[in-house]
Amino acid sequence: MTDLAALIEAAQTGERRPLARLLTAIEGGDPELRPLLPRLFAAGHGAHLVGITGPPGSGKSTLVNALIGEWRRRGRRVGVLAVDPSSPYTGGAIMGDRVRMMEHAADRDVFMRSMASRGELGGLAATTWTAAAALDAGGFDPILIETVGAGQSEVEIARLAETTVVVEVPEMGDEVQAIKAGLLEVADVIAVNKADRPGAQQAARQLRAMMSTAGGRVRRQPPKIIMTSALSADGVPALADEIEAHRRDGQAPEQARERARHQIRRALGEAAARRAEQGPAWQATVDAVASRDLDPATAADRLLDR
Amino acid sequence: MSQTDDARSTPIRVLIAKPGLDGHDRGAKVLARGLRDEGFEVIYTGLRQTPEMIADAAEQEDVDVVGMSILSGAHMALLPRVVELVRGRGMDDVLIAAGGIIPDADVGTLKEAGIAEIFGPGTSIGQIARYFREHARRRS
Repeated sequence: MTDLAALIEAAQTGERRPLARLLTAIEGGDPELRPLLPRLFAAGHGAHLVGITGPPGSGKSTLVNALIGEWRRRGRRVGVLAVDPSSPYTGGAIMGDRVRMMEHAADRDVFMRSMASRGELGGLAATTWTAAAALDAGGFDPILIETVGAGQSEVEIARLAETTVVVEVPEMGDEVQAIKAGLLEVADVIAVNKADRPGAQQAARQLRAMMSTAGGRVRRQPPKIIMTSALSADGVPALADEIEAHRRDGQAPEQARERARHQIRRALGEAAARRAEQGPAWQATVDAVASRDLDPATAADRLLDR
Repeated sequence: MSQTDDARSTPIRVLIAKPGLDGHDRGAKVLARGLRDEGFEVIYTGLRQTPEMIADAAEQEDVDVVGMSILSGAHMALLPRVVELVRGRGMDDVLIAAGGIIPDADVGTLKEAGIAEIFGPGTSIGQIARYFREHARRRS
């Protein structure tokens, strides 16, 4: 058996092996970890959680690699959680984000972990928040969280990260793409990557024009738009500056509370489901909903009132 | 995901790595894909990895299995070194296996050095998956 309390202690020294094993326990949903979560979160140092999201192939991993290099030059210890999708059929996954980041594999001040989404929608794994807390306890800051390649609505990352970077590429579509609701809306910073490609200036110009006009109920600052070439690292120092600046000036307490609300709601849902499943009425309720004698909303109310 | 009885049994994590200077990784990618379809979580490192990089990746990823594909002929130098580094990082129970072009004459020496199994050309993905399932450590 693993002594999880000892692992949490040891992980705080920044040692890799205990931190890696702690992450495995977190990912696997080890029930013995639950009573220790307060200790884990209390061990954090308030690391800057930075989300990196964007469509598949936009260069997220390569950009993360360049950002690791930049923050290492600035003397920071960098944590990375890279999420890739699990197969809905077999539960298997291929996690290839390391391919772009192997140059930092041997650096003791970089800790990189691949996570499979394990059935979770929204571009993250259900345990990503807790995994980030473990890296925080290990003294890594910033912590970069690379999502599954996102479509238009995988916005879960903005409910976890303090700063969300959306990576776009030239030729992503016309201006209407830029004003659709969803992914671009949650960006705190937009990186127009592959800036060496034709059309990059135009893409950045269109995004700037469309993003500067937010109004109505939107209370957020329009995102800064930075052109980057992750391969040559052009624009990467400016992107790192902008991410740091967003934390320095942009942190409305209301946004932190909104993230907290969302995370609590999630945990509430999970806790309620766990309890209901262990209750005596569970099987009969499942049967009633399966045969359509009962609607799911009423079923949930009854299970909660039990 | 559904909370069936075995929902707590998490997928086996496998690092697939290409040590040394091989120029292509078709076989490694086919294997990674095949293991994905067998329900494994596969972490792929890409080409031209040093033994240190492989051991460091295995440590951070806390994998159950390290699988190396090597075609270059440098297996006698590189594979035992990976075993040494992985064990040196305290991962005593990680299964380390290899595949690729490895002459029969070298197999005995490599097994003595701690390579659990060597899968030559013609091995099916099903055989490899079965071997990993039977021999990978499972955490209690």
